[in-house]
Amino acid sequence: MLDLDALLNCFSATSCLVTQTSTGIIIGMLLFLVASGVTLIFGVLHVVNFAHGAFYMIGAYTAWSAYNATGSYYLAVLAGALSAAVIGIVFERLAISRVYKENLLMQLLVCYAFVLVADDAVKMIWGAEYLAMGIPAEFRVPPYRFAGGVVPPFYVFLVATSLAVAIACLLLIRYSRFGKIVRAAAQNASMVSVLGIRVPVYFAALFGLGCALAGMAGALAAPVRSMTPGMGLSILIDSFIVTVIGGMGSIPGALLAAILLGVTRSFGSLGFPLFVDGVMFIMMVAILVFRPQGLLGERAPR
Amino acid sequence: MTRFHPFVRAALLAFAAFCGFLLVGAISPGTWLLDTLTGLFAAGLLVMSLHLLIGYTGLISFGHAAYYAGGGYIFGMVLQTPAFVAACGPWSVPLATLLAFCGTGLFALVVGSICARLSEIYFAFLTLAFQMLFVSIIQGLVYYTGGDQGLMGGIPRPAFLGLDLVQARDRYAFSAFLFVAGVLAVRLITLSSFGASLRMVRDNERRAAFLGVNTYLVKVLAFTAAGSIASLGGVVLAVFTSAAYPEWASWSVSGEAIFMIMLGGLHSFWGPLVGVVAMRIINDLTLLYTTHTEMAKGLAILFVVLVLKRGILDWLADWRKARHAASSAKEQDHAAP
Repeated sequence: MLDLDALLNCFSATSCLVTQTSTGIIIGMLLFLVASGVTLIFGVLHVVNFAHGAFYMIGAYTAWSAYNATGSYYLAVLAGALSAAVIGIVFERLAISRVYKENLLMQLLVCYAFVLVADDAVKMIWGAEYLAMGIPAEFRVPPYRFAGGVVPPFYVFLVATSLAVAIACLLLIRYSRFGKIVRAAAQNASMVSVLGIRVPVYFAALFGLGCALAGMAGALAAPVRSMTPGMGLSILIDSFIVTVIGGMGSIPGALLAAILLGVTRSFGSLGFPLFVDGVMFIMMVAILVFRPQGLLGERAPR
Repeated sequence: MTRFHPFVRAALLAFAAFCGFLLVGAISPGTWLLDTLTGLFAAGLLVMSLHLLIGYTGLISFGHAAYYAGGGYIFGMVLQTPAFVAACGPWSVPLATLLAFCGTGLFALVVGSICARLSEIYFAFLTLAFQMLFVSIIQGLVYYTGGDQGLMGGIPRPAFLGLDLVQARDRYAFSAFLFVAGVLAVRLITLSSFGASLRMVRDNERRAAFLGVNTYLVKVLAFTAAGSIASLGGVVLAVFTSAAYPEWASWSVSGEAIFMIMLGGLHSFWGPLVGVVAMRIINDLTLLYTTHTEMAKGLAILFVVLVLKRGILDWLADWRKARHAASSAKEQDHAAP
């Protein structure tokens, strides 16, 4: 079960180090995208979207179909993000918006129900078997060599895209008119609506944006991970561990924690494959006990 | 009835219920009814123990199935150890049940003392996260737990006190006993002064702390008690299937348990049990028409949460209150012409 020799061997060879680190970073980036969607929705709407993993799954499956239909991976990523956004907006309008004022129990049940429906719908449309996309044609080029290790070009694309999109979203929320309205509405919805702004439209748009991030993460993950109905759950749990370790509401913290977790996962799969989850939990518990606000979080109470 | 202390009344009621279950077991012709009831007992223990957290303490645990499955796994793994069965002989099953109860309680104590410091949302998430950790441990320790396949090969269940758990009727009687004992424990907790502290923490935690209640300790104890009682449900299930499966700890079990509480009625003691029966009916009805039970279940949950907005017993209570108000208003009309 424990294979520390493999781990030590890896640490002594730069090629292995480079490969594992790059794998860790892409896992971290996917986590970061999902976690920032959760943070975005929670930060403004004060709703924890337990169904966020389902949007990741929807994005991945839509991207798979779009890629097979059009042959263009860029279009597939776009399709994944858009489909998650559209379904997210419909979900927000029909279900979540009705429980904004209810307690956590109702919100949780609504999300749970949505996950059940989404998983079953995916099973009906795409089947229950594992699906794999494979590295898209655009990226079937010789890998970059770096200190003896190989870094596939797709990884570079994945990291660059996720970082760019997540940062763009943050800037949007912090500095744009849209972001200001949404944040103001979160503080005092009736005041903002009195100013003649359709608050529900903005809330729905923000929810859709958060879901689009998850959908995009799913589309980006499709080439490197196998797809199965219910694939959203594990990334949801991981992304929550990320928010706990990084500090709720802190995006730089989420980035740091996501990369930390991704690297732990990728090296852990060499040295202690069965205890990777356990190690992540120990990290989380240690943070909760010794630094409850998270690595870079500011607010103390939670 | 008022002559009895509430505790005594609850115990008498439990005894009567147990006798009733035994009577049903004695006169039931086939084993279908007994097996159905055994399944309901297991779900009932899971849900009633969770009710202690959600309904009475206001702690929304999304990972309760971990303790449910934990009970089943500890029970099964202990009895699959030949040395234990050889050493304990006829007392193996009761001792294994006790070990499952205590072991799961210890697990819940650890998780509870980590999670109880956190606010509502973090609490829900971390309990779910610990459930996933539990699943990954079960799947990792293939040598001990059978991994994905579950605890196979049958669980030896030596006869004790004249009960041979391989027999359907004896198994049923044992399950009925655990169920009644578990529900009685929940009932006694809610009736006790500790139960009053739980409700106070639920309604206004700050005020409870101000009055000198150690709210952290209260929450941890409630979590531990709920975890131990849930483990009895797992024991019932392990006795019934003679195995233990990682699916028992899947998050959909936790989610469904929460829904059953809400469906039956969050604000009454018996609501969750009504929810268990109602859920079973929903399940069986959808199976008649489609194999996509998850979709049907999801839509049912959305309907109950978004349209009805309350459970069966809550609805009944509101209806009764409304009728009472209407009749008393009518009396007033008569009194003042």
